[in-house]
Amino acid sequence: MIPLAWMLGLSAIVFVIGVVGVLVRRNALIIFMSIELMLNAANLAFVAFAREAKSLDGQIFVFFVMTVAAAEVAVGLAIIVNVFRLKETVYVDEINLLKG
Amino acid sequence: MTPALFIAFGAMLVIASLMVILHRNPVTSALFLVVAFCSLAAIYLLLHAEFLAMVQVIVYAGAIMVLFLFVVMYLNLKHDVEHGIHLALRRGAGWILGGVLLSEALWFFGRHWAAGPLAPEEAMATAGNTEAIGRVLYTRYLFPFEITSMLLLVAMVGAVVIAKGRGPHVERGRPPQGASGAPAAPADRQETA
Amino acid sequence: MAAIWSNPDFQFVLWAMVKIVVILFTMLTVVSYMIYAERKIAGHMQARVGPNRVGPLGLLQPAADVAKLFFKEEFTPEGANKVVFTIAPMMAVIPALVTFSVIPFGPQDAFRVTDVNVGLLVFLAMSSLGVYAITLGGWSSNNKYALLGGLRSSAQMISYELAMGLSCIPVLLFAGSLSLMEITRMQGHWWFVATPFGMLAFMIFMITALAETNRAPFDLPEAEAELVAGFHTEYSSMKFGLFFLGEFANVITISCIAVVLFLGGWNGPWLPEALKFLWFFAKLGVLLFFFIWIRWTFPRLRYDQLMNLGWKVLLPVALGNILLTSAYLWWRAQG
Repeated sequence: MIPLAWMLGLSAIVFVIGVVGVLVRRNALIIFMSIELMLNAANLAFVAFAREAKSLDGQIFVFFVMTVAAAEVAVGLAIIVNVFRLKETVYVDEINLLKG
Repeated sequence: MTPALFIAFGAMLVIASLMVILHRNPVTSALFLVVAFCSLAAIYLLLHAEFLAMVQVIVYAGAIMVLFLFVVMYLNLKHDVEHGIHLALRRGAGWILGGVLLSEALWFFGRHWAAGPLAPEEAMATAGNTEAIGRVLYTRYLFPFEITSMLLLVAMVGAVVIAKGRGPHVERGRPPQGASGAPAAPADRQETA
Repeated sequence: MAAIWSNPDFQFVLWAMVKIVVILFTMLTVVSYMIYAERKIAGHMQARVGPNRVGPLGLLQPAADVAKLFFKEEFTPEGANKVVFTIAPMMAVIPALVTFSVIPFGPQDAFRVTDVNVGLLVFLAMSSLGVYAITLGGWSSNNKYALLGGLRSSAQMISYELAMGLSCIPVLLFAGSLSLMEITRMQGHWWFVATPFGMLAFMIFMITALAETNRAPFDLPEAEAELVAGFHTEYSSMKFGLFFLGEFANVITISCIAVVLFLGGWNGPWLPEALKFLWFFAKLGVLLFFFIWIRWTFPRLRYDQLMNLGWKVLLPVALGNILLTSAYLWWRAQG
């Protein structure tokens, strides 16, 4: 039997690792992977609470989050590929088209 | 047995996630992310969410990460060069903010949930079944489920349209012969010429 | 000491380990003799004899092959990513072997490692992990032919995975369970392949199985006429051996799943309950012969033909099959 606090703690740690990844890295692909980490941390919390509440709704939410993540990755990677064609870089601080 | 397995897979998850954001090589990062997703799937198994564990492996490890790897290989990215603007500042601020957020989250969770009542293990043993999830998904959550399918369709069309690209890149290879692509290609060529 | 032996947890783990070891060794023997069978059948199809020097009828040929591979030089190309280069061949074998743990070879408890209620999903998950071996092997070799083979395979395997997953769904609709044991029991009187929906699903499944295992006519990732040897161009010694083993282990895994899903698993007439597992292996043998037969009969597809077949033929047909099956089951429930 795993205490709820452990699972929430693990979820928090993974979420923060994702946040730090977005803040410190400048490779768009790594930032994207960090976002996936954050989504997964949220999923873990959902499953933990679902077990605690003895209800399946949390697991259904995880299912929806996964679908949204799949859609997001497909569109996001297409955008990254397009930006790379245009600017020959995936570093977000070199992609500053709006700066004029 | 279960807490020991949880600690093992949890440690694997944390280490793999750290390697994702620390490693210089995007391919290695992607591989560590696969490890992280697989250990998360193992944790789902420990929580009696068998269906989710398998879907996690199929969707994340089997589809999303393959897409990531495919793009990294397609763009032929080597090791990251870290020299960007205000590197030290960004890095220091990032880690400090992360530390603050983590302590906040842990404090919050510890304060409100640590002493909560624990569910008996047998109660959820059957609830992880695919059948139970399917029943809820197709009754109470039918509308969100259908909306999600629309979202996937839109994302699919969007990804194809974006990745197909316009402008000079149409010229690669033979011009498309289909009715949709044929009129666009000559116009683009004039622009670039 | 006696306390440990009577501990139920310990007995459970020990019993599971014994079954895992026995099933693993049986399957590895089947794998090595499938390689022998492939060479022998290929020989006869081309009016040759095939291997006949090592032992009677060449039956010791697999052992000789393995010994040869072990004594070859380990070679890692210049500029290769060494860690990934070493992991990739392992990734080819592990998913295929993991799947054996959910396959029921016979009706008794002794003939399967475990029966989980998501057995079919375990198979799909493991087959989706199989992409990594070839993609990573191709990428880490630092060789353009290997990279082309790796990229081809990742596109090919993702495309055909969809049709394969969808072709399993009619079976699930009939059986109402994801447990492979339950699916086998449902076919006690009537195999799924004998129904029109099951027949169509079986055909789609076998075509996609050929593509998933990168066997001819879908062997574009290693197309020796265009890409030297594709993703394993730079591999030698036992690393190459593992890729080879992985391909055949995958063929056997996927054939086992096809036997369970469509051909009734261990169900069959005449034999007593204790020997039913022989039926499983007989059906498995027929499917393996089918794989070899196809390989030496059909020419390789072109890349655009491959993609058209996967996306424009197999996927819509599999979807239509699901629709028809559900409509039939609904009608049956009404009437």
